[in-house]
Amino acid sequence: MNLEEIVGLAEQAITQANEIQALEDVRVEYLGKKGKITELLKSLGKMDHEQRKEMGQAINIAKGTVQKSISERREQLQTEALNAKLASETIDVTLSGRGAEMGNIHPVSRTIERIQSFFGDLGFEVKHGPEVEDDFHNFDALNIPEHHPARADHDTFYFTPKTVLRTQTSGVQIRTMEKETPPLRIISPGRVYRNDYDQTHTPMFHQVEGLMVDKNVSFAELKGVIHDFLRNFFEEDVQVRFRPSYFPFTEPSAEVDIMDKNGKWLEVLGCGMVHPNVLRSVNIDPEQYTGFAFGMGVERLTMLRYGVNDLRSFFENDLRFLKQFK
Amino acid sequence: MKFSEKWLREWVNPAITVEELDEQLSMAGLEVDGVEPAAAEFTGVVVGEVVECGKHPEADKLQITKINVGSAGDGELIDIVCGAKNCRQGLKVAVAMVGAVLPGDFKIKKAKLRGQPSFGMLCSWSELGMADDSDGIMELPADAPLGTNIREFLQLDDNIIEIDLTPNRSDCLGIAGVAREVGVLNNIDVTPVEVTAVAASITDTVDVELVNSNGCPRYLARVIKGINLDATTPLWMVEKLRRSGIRSIDPVVDITNFVLIELGHPMHAFDLAKVEGGIKVRNANKDEKLTLLDETEVTLTEDTLVIADHNKALAIAGIFGGLESGVSNETKDVILESAFFNPVTIAGRARSYGLHTDASHRYERGVDYELQRTAMERATQLLLEISGGEAGPIVEAVSEADLPAQTAIVLRRARLDRVLGHVISDDEVTTILNRLGLKTEFKDNSWFAISPSFRFDINIEEDLIEEVARVYGYNNIPNVAPVASLNMPVRKEAVLDKTVFSNILTTRGYQEAITYSFVDPKVQEKLFPKQTGLTLPHPISADMSVMRVSLWAGLLPAVVRNQNRQQSRVRLFESGLRFVPDNTAEMNIRQEVMFSGVIAGSIAGESWEEKARPVDFYDVKADVEALLQKCVDSSSFTFQPLAADSELNVALHPGQSAEIYRGDVLVGHVGAVHPAAEKALGLNGKTFVFELLMSELTQRNLPDAKPVSKFPSNRRDIAVVVKEQVNAGNLLKEIEKVGGNQLVDLNLFDVYRGEGIGEGFKSLAISIILQDVEKTLEEQEINTKIEQVVNTLTEKFEATLRD
Repeated sequence: MNLEEIVGLAEQAITQANEIQALEDVRVEYLGKKGKITELLKSLGKMDHEQRKEMGQAINIAKGTVQKSISERREQLQTEALNAKLASETIDVTLSGRGAEMGNIHPVSRTIERIQSFFGDLGFEVKHGPEVEDDFHNFDALNIPEHHPARADHDTFYFTPKTVLRTQTSGVQIRTMEKETPPLRIISPGRVYRNDYDQTHTPMFHQVEGLMVDKNVSFAELKGVIHDFLRNFFEEDVQVRFRPSYFPFTEPSAEVDIMDKNGKWLEVLGCGMVHPNVLRSVNIDPEQYTGFAFGMGVERLTMLRYGVNDLRSFFENDLRFLKQFK
Repeated sequence: MKFSEKWLREWVNPAITVEELDEQLSMAGLEVDGVEPAAAEFTGVVVGEVVECGKHPEADKLQITKINVGSAGDGELIDIVCGAKNCRQGLKVAVAMVGAVLPGDFKIKKAKLRGQPSFGMLCSWSELGMADDSDGIMELPADAPLGTNIREFLQLDDNIIEIDLTPNRSDCLGIAGVAREVGVLNNIDVTPVEVTAVAASITDTVDVELVNSNGCPRYLARVIKGINLDATTPLWMVEKLRRSGIRSIDPVVDITNFVLIELGHPMHAFDLAKVEGGIKVRNANKDEKLTLLDETEVTLTEDTLVIADHNKALAIAGIFGGLESGVSNETKDVILESAFFNPVTIAGRARSYGLHTDASHRYERGVDYELQRTAMERATQLLLEISGGEAGPIVEAVSEADLPAQTAIVLRRARLDRVLGHVISDDEVTTILNRLGLKTEFKDNSWFAISPSFRFDINIEEDLIEEVARVYGYNNIPNVAPVASLNMPVRKEAVLDKTVFSNILTTRGYQEAITYSFVDPKVQEKLFPKQTGLTLPHPISADMSVMRVSLWAGLLPAVVRNQNRQQSRVRLFESGLRFVPDNTAEMNIRQEVMFSGVIAGSIAGESWEEKARPVDFYDVKADVEALLQKCVDSSSFTFQPLAADSELNVALHPGQSAEIYRGDVLVGHVGAVHPAAEKALGLNGKTFVFELLMSELTQRNLPDAKPVSKFPSNRRDIAVVVKEQVNAGNLLKEIEKVGGNQLVDLNLFDVYRGEGIGEGFKSLAISIILQDVEKTLEEQEINTKIEQVVNTLTEKFEATLRD
């Protein structure tokens, strides 16, 4: 067989090799130690110089051609094999991941955390206090003496005439002012209790109250803080109005309304300048210091923010409700 | 306070719409709760007279009438069939003509009722939307002009305004007060009703003695004789009262109510015949009894002010009248009372008897102490007009010294500016104060102001600041960012915030729950029979009547509720206070922050891959361990089997629950709910709970980094056979002790029971990884260490190496 024929057969065998191993067999057949092209190279020794040179060159070219074909074919076969493997390993990536379910914090906690964050950035510290409270901290120190009509308005849960479930977290402000001296900036989130239960009242709900006492705290500043807070909270340029009201522990006092999407005013919080009697009851000189305080119902803000329309759903702990607050 | 807009406008009539008035009042602190029309929409109803009234031939309950509607008809009488009992000849009635449209879009058409033609309808108050229910048809006064449109006749194109007054604004608990406020806000004059002194036509008087003059600084009494209680209250008064939510009773009651709403001044009338001697205003005697107008008998306390005669208590002063001395059908002669009671004396008294009346509401907040004579004259004038009679002279007993002091309150210019953070000009402040009825003098940069007798809420400088700000308008004060020193707050890294725990658990698939702090005592008892929670004497309902001693009392019912709503896989956590009665604690109650959780159902949500197994103890324990790892010195926590005498043995499965200790301190529990409790609470399937005492977990780990050893670590596995009762945790603790610094990891990787291991024994396979920071450990050293471990285990736990 001449060289051309051998190369032709080799090329044919390479093309026909459908597996790596078959290709390897082809390589051995032609380029192995006893391969056909190798044998030809071995035969060169018997030739004369001129012929050897000529043939040698030709055989080496043929060898190179075959080698190149083999490696190209190998690459091709490897790619095919890999593709086949990949195809066989294909899975349905739209099936859900394993154990991926996450829980959420309660929407009320979420709102409290947001409020804490807004005021925390202004240097308000978070304070907590007892929920079973004595009447001094819940009423007297807040300028609500025993027979004050405001006491009747509170629908208080009494244990004894002296012990109650706190009706507001303001007691925490008193406890803080008893221990610390101004300047003070605190907020106190937590559960409060009123003996009332219907569509718009639950006997337990959450408040966040805030207090700032310093040398020159003013009503204009209270307005500024509340205004900024409400716009931050709702992330909208909500219209805010301050409406005169009455709380025994603040004066002047205001209720704050925001305008809803239907153009109706909705009450969202109460606030005012700390009443001098309150400051005096914790030995802070009202001539030296002034302060403002505010209190807001967390559930109400949460309802407005997230479109919840039944207050009671916050305490039913229905997973289908809670899981929405991702 | 509810009143007719028209009535208010008789006193003060600003050129603003009712909507503007609503806004104005609300923005002045008199919050308008609602504005409603005085009557529902209707048309085609006129005044008519029943000319003939006879029985319906076919129906006992119906009458056939002929009605004269004057000019509203075409000169003919109208046939109307009527079912009302009070329909009678000569009565003036409200006639809905054919074509009339009554409230609810009810059209009146020609009709035949049991064969008799009927061309209209005689209306009742409720049919015209002015009462919830009514007995029979409206009876109009005899002088009602025939044919007049009823809306016009009754002035029904009016609104009922309801304002929700804060406790400080008792001065607005009457038309006079609201009118005064509207006058201030619009800067216009108020026209009060004209009250002229009624000259006495008889000389009868009653003696008045103020025994407790502090409680009652002023008391006016007047005898009026020969009144006619059968007289009818005029319709204009009935209508005004109706629009204030008050039903007409009889002329005397109506008149006292009318003065109450008009002037904001409570009045009372006694039957002269029942009063022995004279009036004494005194405190009740010990155990003195009095039957009140509502026929209940109360035992009076000595701190209660009463109106008495010389023998007995007649009424609770300023709160409620007595039955016996009250005006009755037989009454001919009355004593009218108009008094000022000290708010401090009245406050809280009504509530102590479970009462709340229009009078007590006003007296405990404060009634104008200069209004008594005006109120008396006004009531007298109305009474004589309506019921006739002869009035005696007014007897006034007064203790000037006990009347509220009229001292000047100082408002400093600088203080006003400082509190408001905004400057309102001198003139404007003076104008506002004067308009509010304060007598003011401005000197030395201060206002010296004397508050009017009707304002009980203006006593200190802040009260004046509030009044100025209120009338000036809160929304005219700018919004300003506060200025404060930028002190960097202390933020301790070592403080373990609750949110760290919340985040861990939400990541592990828990939902945060918030359950009520008061729980069902029946539920709590099933879990903690030996603990008596703090009981609410007046709960919302029995199932919310006792304070929780553990958060499980709320969480477990929440699991049940979810299971009942096809939510079988439940993971909930909650943080909050538990309330444990404890005589050594403040207010005898230990209020401790707890962090609790519950899991039930399968370990994972239903999956395409395989069926998830139900949760077990080690799942919930893993969650607890994840939390404890965040705490400082977390290796000091140990889990011990629930003590045999633990009170938790009722709530928890005794064999599948652990006490969690930090050193010697019990910091919580984790375990399976006791099968009996599970059944009693209606839980579906195995439920696992934990509860941690947060006061013991307030510190988080502050890392103290050690260099990582460059030398190789060596793992040796041992398997030891021990008795079933040996707790793996204790065993591992011992290995840790022996291992010392060189022990870098320790893991129990297999528990085996069965073939090759004796009955009552188990084999524990443990990997021990040893490493030194300074050198490569020699084989010899490793073997010695392992030998020490094995020896110790043999010594302490009778452990043997497994072959």
